Amino acid sequence: MFIGHFTERPYQDPKSGYFGATGLSIKDLTLSNESYDAQLGSDLYNRYLDERVYAEEVGFDGIMLNEHHSTPFCMGGVMNVEASVLARITKRAKIVLLGNVLPIWDDPLWLVEQLAMIDMISRGRLVSGWVRGTARESVAHNAPPHYNWERFQEAHEFIVKAWTTPGPFRWEGKHYQYRYVNPWVKPYQKPHPPIWLPGVVSRDSLVWAATKRIPYIMLATKLGPTKEAFQIYHDTAAEQGYKSGPQNLGYLWKVHVDETEELAAEVGRKYVQGPSNPFLAGNEGTQNQALGRLPGLTSRKRVLPTMKAATANRGGVEGTSYEEQVEGYSIVSGTPKTVIPKIRHVLEELRPGSVFFWDGDGAMTHDDQMRSLRLMGEEVIPAVREIAKELELPSPFEVDPATGEAIAESPKGEAVAQPS
Amino acid sequence: MVRAPTANGVIDGGRDWRDSDVTTTLATWTEEVIELAGTSVQMVKGGTGEPLLVLHDEMGHPGWLRFHEALSQEFTLYIPSHPGFGGSKYLDWIMNMRDMAGWYLEALDDLAIGRVKMMGFSLGGWLAAEMATMNPDRFEKLILVDAMGIKPPVGEIYDMFLAVAKEFITDSIMNPEGTAEFQRICPEEPTPEQVEYWEVAREQSCRLGWKPYMYYPALPHLLNRLKGLPTMVVWGSDDPIVPLSAGQLYRDSIPGSRLEVLNDCGHRPEVERPEAFVKVVSEFLSG
Repeated sequence: MFIGHFTERPYQDPKSGYFGATGLSIKDLTLSNESYDAQLGSDLYNRYLDERVYAEEVGFDGIMLNEHHSTPFCMGGVMNVEASVLARITKRAKIVLLGNVLPIWDDPLWLVEQLAMIDMISRGRLVSGWVRGTARESVAHNAPPHYNWERFQEAHEFIVKAWTTPGPFRWEGKHYQYRYVNPWVKPYQKPHPPIWLPGVVSRDSLVWAATKRIPYIMLATKLGPTKEAFQIYHDTAAEQGYKSGPQNLGYLWKVHVDETEELAAEVGRKYVQGPSNPFLAGNEGTQNQALGRLPGLTSRKRVLPTMKAATANRGGVEGTSYEEQVEGYSIVSGTPKTVIPKIRHVLEELRPGSVFFWDGDGAMTHDDQMRSLRLMGEEVIPAVREIAKELELPSPFEVDPATGEAIAESPKGEAVAQPS
Repeated sequence: MVRAPTANGVIDGGRDWRDSDVTTTLATWTEEVIELAGTSVQMVKGGTGEPLLVLHDEMGHPGWLRFHEALSQEFTLYIPSHPGFGGSKYLDWIMNMRDMAGWYLEALDDLAIGRVKMMGFSLGGWLAAEMATMNPDRFEKLILVDAMGIKPPVGEIYDMFLAVAKEFITDSIMNPEGTAEFQRICPEEPTPEQVEYWEVAREQSCRLGWKPYMYYPALPHLLNRLKGLPTMVVWGSDDPIVPLSAGQLYRDSIPGSRLEVLNDCGHRPEVERPEAFVKVVSEFLSG
C-alpha cells in the first residue's frame, strides 16, 4: 500500500467575502484577482510547504500535488515549482504530481527538462502524472480544447521518447515539431520516472492508461461508480493480455482525523467552506456551465460511470450536502478509532494499491492540518498498512503494474523488477 | 403559409415581421447528402434563378428562414453545411479557416455551378472572405454579413466559448422578444437533437477559430485582391458579437466595396430585420 497526502492549497482569505460559509455564490472564472493579497499568498505557500514536510515526517509515502489555473481554490498554478522546492527540502517521500496538464503545453520539451531536473534533485523520487485538465486550464492558457486528447497523447509519446532515447533526434508530429531534441538533463530513475494518470470523467483516458499499463487514480468519486470504472480498467487489461491488480489503481478522497469526535465534526465541515471550490461538494462555488461545455475537451459520449457522480458532487445548491458526503464515505472525519474502520470499508470496496488522503482543505487552518497529520502518523497510517497487508493491496512500488510481478528493493533503494 | 410564434407566444408579433411581405412556404427547398471534394456534404438547396452560395455561421445552418424564402424567389440557394457541421463529414486535415477555404474551392469545382454569387454570415463570412482572396475570379459578387475574420480595430469579438449555446445566440440578438424568428433559431426548450447539433457546430467553430480567436491577422491585407469583385458588407449597427469597427475595416480593406449598416440591429440582420436585409441584398445582387 502506498499512502499519500493531498491538499488543494486553497487561497484562504477571510476578508475576501467569498471565504467561509458566507452564502455568497462564486461562479467559476468570474472572480477578479484584483483582491489578491501578496503577503497572504506568500504565507500560504510557505504554510503548505511546511505541512508537506511534516507529512513526510509522520510517515506518508507520498506528497501529492495538483495544478489548476486562474482560480482561488488551488494555489498550485505551477505545481512543478512546488515540486522543485520539495525535491530539496524533503528526503524520503515520493513527489507525486497528478499531474501536469499536458495539452496546455505548447512546448513539452520544457516538461521533459523540468521533470528530469526534479527527479535529479530529489534523487529519483518523482512520480510524474499527466492530466488533460479541466476547461479552466484550457481557457487560462488558451490551449485548443478540441485537440486536448490528441495533444495529450502526442506530448506523452514525445516526453517518454525524450527521456529514454539518446539525442539528438527530430520530432515531426501533428501538434509538436522539434528539429533538435537533446536535453542536457535525463531522469534519475531508469528508464524514466513512473507515469500515473488521475481522472474522473473520460473513458478514453482510463482505457488509454490501462492499455499503456499506467496506474490510474480516481479522484474523489463515489464508491459505486468508482468500482465500475476500475472494472473497465481490469477488463481492458485482460483484453491487452496482462493481469491488473491493486497496483494499477489508486483512490483519492477526503480524510481528516482529529482529537475528539466533536472537533472532527466541526473541522470536517470546513471541507465545504473556504474559497468557493466547485470541486468541493456542498461548497457555495458554482460551476460555470460554459466550462462544462468547452468544445471537444472530452468526448460527450465516451464518459465513465463516475462522471454523473462527479458532476452531482460539484458545488452550489444542487451539490451534495456535507451530511450526504459523510454518509457516502466521500468525506471521512473522526478520531482514529472511527476513521480507521471507514478507511477499511473503502479499501475493501475498491481494492486500490495507492490511497491519497485529501486533508487540510477548504477552510481548515494550519493547526487543524497539523493535528490531523500527527494523528495520521501515530495511528492511522500504521493501521492502514496492516489492513492493506491483510487485504493484499500492493502498491506499484511493490508489484510492477505492467507485469504483475513483485519488485525487489535494490541496495541503492531503486526499485527493480524481480526476475521471475 | 407557416408563421412561427415569437418568444411571448404571439403569432407574427415581431417588429420587422408585422408589416413584412416576406413569407414562409413549405416544400420550396430540398436537403440531400452529396459527395464533394472528398467528403459527404449535407446540402440544402431551394429556389429558382441564378445560384447563390450561402455560407452558414458558427452555429450551423439555422433552418430555412424567411430571408431564405424571400431570396429563393430570385435565386437558387445552395446552403452546404461546412465539413464537420451538421450532417457533413469532418475532415481531419482541416485545422484552420484557410484549410477550410481551400477545401471549399474544390467543392465549388465539383458542384459545377460556374462563377457564383456568395454570401457568408459571421464565421461563414470569414470563410467567404478567405475563399474570395484565394480566388477572386471564381465569384461574381460577395456579401459579408457581420463577418468574423479580422481583428476589430475597436472592441473584441465576443468569446462564444465562454457561453453556452443558447446564451450565445440570445446575446447575439439585440431584442430577442421583438424578433419574430428568435424562437425558431433558439427555442425555449431545444430538443436533444438541436442541442447536439449546436455542440457539434461549436466544436468545429473551435477548430477553425480558437487561436487567434476568430480572425486571421493577414486577412485585411489580402482583401486588397478583391478590387475587381463587387462586394457589399452588411452589419447590424449594434452587433454585440463582432463590433461594427470590423465591418468598417472590411469596407476600407476591400477596394470599391460598400458598407450597409442596419439600425436597431445586432449580429443577425437576416433574422432581426429580415425585410430590410432582403431588400439590400436583393438590390445588390440584382444591380
